[in-house]
Amino acid sequence: NSELFTLTYGALVAQLIKDYENVEDVNKQLERMGYNIGIRLIEDFLARTGSGRCYDFRDTAEKIQSGFKIFLGITPSITNWSPAGDEFSLCFETNPLTEFVELPDNCSNLKYCNILTGVLRGACEMVQMEIACWFVQDQLKNDNVTELRVKFVKRLEDAIPAGED
Amino acid sequence: MSSITISAIRPRTSILDKSLSKGKGEVSLSCFALLFSELVQYCQNRVYTVPELQNKLAEMGAEIGHRITDLLVMREKNGKREIKLLNVLLFVKSTMWKSLFGREADKLEHANDDERTYYIIEKESLVNKFVSVPKDKGSLNCASFVAGIVEAVLCDCGFPAKVTAHWHKGTTYMVKFDDAVVARDKQLEDR
Repeated sequence: NSELFTLTYGALVAQLIKDYENVEDVNKQLERMGYNIGIRLIEDFLARTGSGRCYDFRDTAEKIQSGFKIFLGITPSITNWSPAGDEFSLCFETNPLTEFVELPDNCSNLKYCNILTGVLRGACEMVQMEIACWFVQDQLKNDNVTELRVKFVKRLEDAIPAGED
Repeated sequence: MSSITISAIRPRTSILDKSLSKGKGEVSLSCFALLFSELVQYCQNRVYTVPELQNKLAEMGAEIGHRITDLLVMREKNGKREIKLLNVLLFVKSTMWKSLFGREADKLEHANDDERTYYIIEKESLVNKFVSVPKDKGSLNCASFVAGIVEAVLCDCGFPAKVTAHWHKGTTYMVKFDDAVVARDKQLEDR
């Protein structure tokens, strides 16, 4: 059930805030945890979908979208492509992570869902893509949608260990 | 005609303005498992001993318990709380378990030798499913997390109790109520 997930995540964030005090550190820690999850979650994704390599970055965007469908049961929309085609946004109408969540005023710098940026970065790194991603809008901060910006940085070469090609 | 702006600040929509979710959303099991694994690792990095780790997990569980109590009472029970000991235990075993883990707990037992003690038994606990306990930490039980949830729910319902997790016929949660709770329940029965 998604509520167990939501509440577990909430308990984790609350604990981090208690432990760190500095909100920036909490953001960082969440990103790191997400990264650890991402590098393992990608295996699951590839095994379930049987999808091959991404053809281009648009293809990547669609696969990320389907990943959200598989794992969180939501379909963010893909919008705001940059002219060069190396940046896009994922817009979330609803987000299982933020159900029941209300940010107190003293947490205005907290990126509550920052774990997602880590997950995406970790997962993409495992398929030899370095990406950067960050939140530009957040429903918890009274924006209409939650917007996650994803940017292609570079292809990672030589990531295959010797003897495994 | 352009709309008239009266206030420059958009009103904050509070969480209480939204309707209560039905709680039917699903996320993949891998998501929960990986998140829980991160949570356990995080706790582990901040403690030295196994009992400390279990306490920490129970604390985190309690956070969930505090929140789930009101949610379930409002949604599943029409806002009515249980006042009888047995009913509150059944509430935990059925309603709470179902909404958190998708099914009821397997068994609810009363200890023969102690009227304060009850056991909730689960053959395969969700939180233990993906955990392989390292040899040097033999007694570790991540179900402490669930025990924390149960304890918080019982305490919030007005039945102070101590809940611990054990390896026995799968995973067993031992619920030990305060003496006062048992005494009060007896009084209710006498009337």
